Amino acid sequence: MKSVMGGNALRIRAIAIVCLAGLLAACGTSGDSSSGTNTASAPGITATTITIGSTQPLTGRAAPGYSEISPSSNAYFNYVNDHGGINGRKITYYYYDDGYNPTNTASLTRKLILEDKVFAMFSALGTPTHLAVVDYINSQKVPDLFVSSGCNCWNDVSNHPYTFGWQPDYTIEGKILGQYIQKSLGGKKVGYFYQNDEFGTDGVKGLDAQLGASSVPDASRQNYVPTNTNIGPQIAALKASGAEVVVSFSIPAFTALALLGAAKLGYHPIWVVSNVGSDVTTLTGLLKNFSKGAVGGALLGGMVTDAYLPLTGDSANPWISLFKGIHDKYVSNLPWDGNVLYGMAQAYTFVQAMKAAGRNPTRASFVKALETTKLSGGPGLAPLGFSSSNHLGFLGVQIYTIAADGTQTTTGPVYTSSDSGPISQYSGSASTPPANGIP
Amino acid sequence: MVAVQSRLDRLVRPTFGRHLLFALAAAVVLLLLSSQIGAYDDYNLTAVAIFAVAAAGLNLLTGLNGQLSLGHGALMAIGAYTASLLLKDHHQFPVIVVLLAAVLSTGVIGIGFGYAAARLRGPYLAGATLTLAVAIPQVATRYKSIFGGESGLTVAPSSPPDWLGADFPPERWLAWIAFAAAIVTMVLLANLLRGAPGRAFKAVRDNEAAAALAGINVARTQVLAFVVSAACAGLAGALLAYWTGVTAPAGFTLALSLQLITAIVIGGLGSLAGAVWGSLVLVFVPLLTSGMASRLSLPSSVADNLPLAIYGCILVIAMLVAPHGIQGALRRILAYGRARWGNTPGGGQKGVVDWDDPAPDT
Repeated sequence: MKSVMGGNALRIRAIAIVCLAGLLAACGTSGDSSSGTNTASAPGITATTITIGSTQPLTGRAAPGYSEISPSSNAYFNYVNDHGGINGRKITYYYYDDGYNPTNTASLTRKLILEDKVFAMFSALGTPTHLAVVDYINSQKVPDLFVSSGCNCWNDVSNHPYTFGWQPDYTIEGKILGQYIQKSLGGKKVGYFYQNDEFGTDGVKGLDAQLGASSVPDASRQNYVPTNTNIGPQIAALKASGAEVVVSFSIPAFTALALLGAAKLGYHPIWVVSNVGSDVTTLTGLLKNFSKGAVGGALLGGMVTDAYLPLTGDSANPWISLFKGIHDKYVSNLPWDGNVLYGMAQAYTFVQAMKAAGRNPTRASFVKALETTKLSGGPGLAPLGFSSSNHLGFLGVQIYTIAADGTQTTTGPVYTSSDSGPISQYSGSASTPPANGIP
Repeated sequence: MVAVQSRLDRLVRPTFGRHLLFALAAAVVLLLLSSQIGAYDDYNLTAVAIFAVAAAGLNLLTGLNGQLSLGHGALMAIGAYTASLLLKDHHQFPVIVVLLAAVLSTGVIGIGFGYAAARLRGPYLAGATLTLAVAIPQVATRYKSIFGGESGLTVAPSSPPDWLGADFPPERWLAWIAFAAAIVTMVLLANLLRGAPGRAFKAVRDNEAAAALAGINVARTQVLAFVVSAACAGLAGALLAYWTGVTAPAGFTLALSLQLITAIVIGGLGSLAGAVWGSLVLVFVPLLTSGMASRLSLPSSVADNLPLAIYGCILVIAMLVAPHGIQGALRRILAYGRARWGNTPGGGQKGVVDWDDPAPDT
C-alpha cells in the first residue's frame, strides 16, 4: 500500500511538473493553445471528456424553482456536446441532491471530488450549504465555479482562490434598488422584509448604504426564517409602521406569502423585490397554489425588481431565442422561466471559461485563465468582474417593473457598482450570441 | 483473599476483558481497512462510526430502557455547536478536549431533560422530545451573533499530526478519530449494559412496577439512561461538526432524529451491534441511490425524487424481511445453524428453532 501511495504522489508530482512546463511553454508561445492534440491534462479531463459536478436542492424547501437550474445547465451542455463539444471534449455534468442540508452537501462534494474525480465544481447552490464545503474544495485545489448564491462570501481571493461567484452580490443589488427608490419613489416611507441570513442581511446592507440606515426605523425592518411560513405578524407590523414601499429580499415562496399576507390585511404598498424572489412564472404558480386558485399573477401588478439577464418574455432578444430554442429541444418538460435561463446562462459562462483556458488546461491554469481573460458578459446585461483580485461575477443590474398581466418592462439603464464603491451607469452595449450559440 | 480474587476475576475476565479484546480486534481491523481504501471510503466509514455512536446511545435509551426520543438530532446539535463554539475564531483545541467538552455539555443538558422525560410516558415523551428537535435549531437562528444563524459556524478540520507524513489524507485521520471514539463508546456502553445498570434499564423497560418492587429507583434509572444516551449524541454531534466542516441549523432538522430511529430499528432494537448495522444502512444506501438523478434520463420531477423513493422502499422491504432488524436476522440465522447442527448453549432443544425469539439484547 505504501508503495502505491508513493506511486500516486510521484505521479501527481510528475503531472504537476509536466503541467508547469506546459504552462511555461504556453506563456512563451501564446495563441498556440487552440491547436495540438487533447491530453488528460487534469483530473476530470480526458482526451474526449470534461467531467464537472454540483450539489443542488432537487428536493425539499429550496427545491421549487431552483431544482430547474441544473437540468437547464445540462441541457446547454448537451447542446454544446451535440455541436462538437469544447475542443472536441464532451461535458459530463453530475448533479446531486443535497436537499439544502449542509451535512449532505459535505458528503456529496467529497463524492464528486474524490470518487467521481470531477475537474471542477459548477453552480453548487446555496449559501449555508456551500459554506460547508468551500474550505474543503479550496484545500483540494479544485476550481469552484459560479456558486449559485449572491453572498459576497465567494469573493475572498486570499482564502478561497479557487472559488468564483457569478450572479451580482446582494449588497450591490440592494444599493441599486435603493437608488431607484430614492429617484422614483422619493419621499415615501420605506420598510424592509428580508430573509434572516446572509442573503437578507447583505441586501439590507446595500439598501442602508444607499438610503441611510436612520431613514428606516426598527419597526419597519421585519425578517423571516425560511423554516417558519407564518409571516402574518411581520406583515402586520409593516402595515402598522406605515411603510408605503416594502423592499423584500426573499425567496419565491416567501415573496408569495408576503403578497398574500398583505392582501389579506388590505395592505397595498409598492413591492420592491430582489431578483431571486421575483420570477413571474414561479410566483404566479405559487400564488395560485397558496391561495387555492383564489388569486393569481394579478397580485404582482406594480412590483419593482431587477435583472442581470434579459427578460424571459423578451422574444426579440437573440439570447432569449437561443436559450428558448435549446429549452424547447432539450428540457421542454420544464417551464420556460428565469431559473431555466439562469442555468443556461451559467453554463454558457462555463463554456466561455473552458475555451479561454486553452486546449489542455490544468486546474490551476484554468483558474488563471478565468482571472486574466476578459470574458464577455455573454447574455448578461452587465460585464463580468473576474480578475486576480475580484471573484465576483456580474457587476450590476437593471430595474424592471411587472404589470398585472405579467408583462415585464425595463426602466432606466443598467447600473454597476461594487460593495463599497459608487453606483455608475453602464455604457457598454448589449452583446449578441455567436451564430452557433457556442462561445 | 481468594474470594476477592475470584470476584475481581468475575468482574474483569468474562465481560470487560472480552469487550476489551473485541475492541482491540475491531481497532486493528479498522486500522488496516482504513489504510487499504481510498479517502472517500474513509470519509464514509467515518460517517458510519459517527452515526453508530449516536445510534448506540439512542438504542440504549429506546431499545433497552423503553424511552422513545425524537430529540436526539437536537442533542447532536448541542454537541456540534459546543465543538464549533470552541473552535470558533481559529482557536486550536486538541480534538480530545473538544470531544469531551461536547460530551459534558450535552450530558448536563441531558440531566435536565432526563428529569422531565422520566415523568412522561409513550406519546407524551415523544412529544416532549419532539419539541427539543424543533426548538434547538431555532435557537441558533435567533441568537445569530453567537451561533451564526442559518449559515452556521464553520469548523476547521483537525489536521493529521506531522509524524504521519505530509501526504497523509485528512479523511483517514478523521476516520481514526471517529473509530477510536466509537470503539471507546461501545466498550463503555457494553460494560454498562452487562452490569447492574443494564439490568435495571431492562427491568424498567419491561415492567416499571415490577422493577420498583425489586428495589430499582425507576426515575433515577430513566434519568441515567437519558444522560448516557445524550452524552453519546453529543459526542457524535462534535464528530459530525468536524466531518461536515460546518454546523448549521439545516443539518439538524427533525429528519436527523428520525434517521437515528430508522438506524436502530433497521439495525436491531436494543443491540449495540444493531446500531452499527443501522448506521451502515444509513450511510451507504442513500449513496447508492443519490447518483441516479443525473445518470438516468428521466423527467426531473421523477428523477429528483427517485433516490428518496428507493431508499424508502429498501427500508420497507428490510422491515418485512427482518422485523427484528439486521441483528435480529443474524441471530435467527445463527440460531437456525445451531439448531440444525447441534451445539445449543442456551439449553434449547436440538433441531428446534424459536422463530419468535423476542427482540435480542446486547
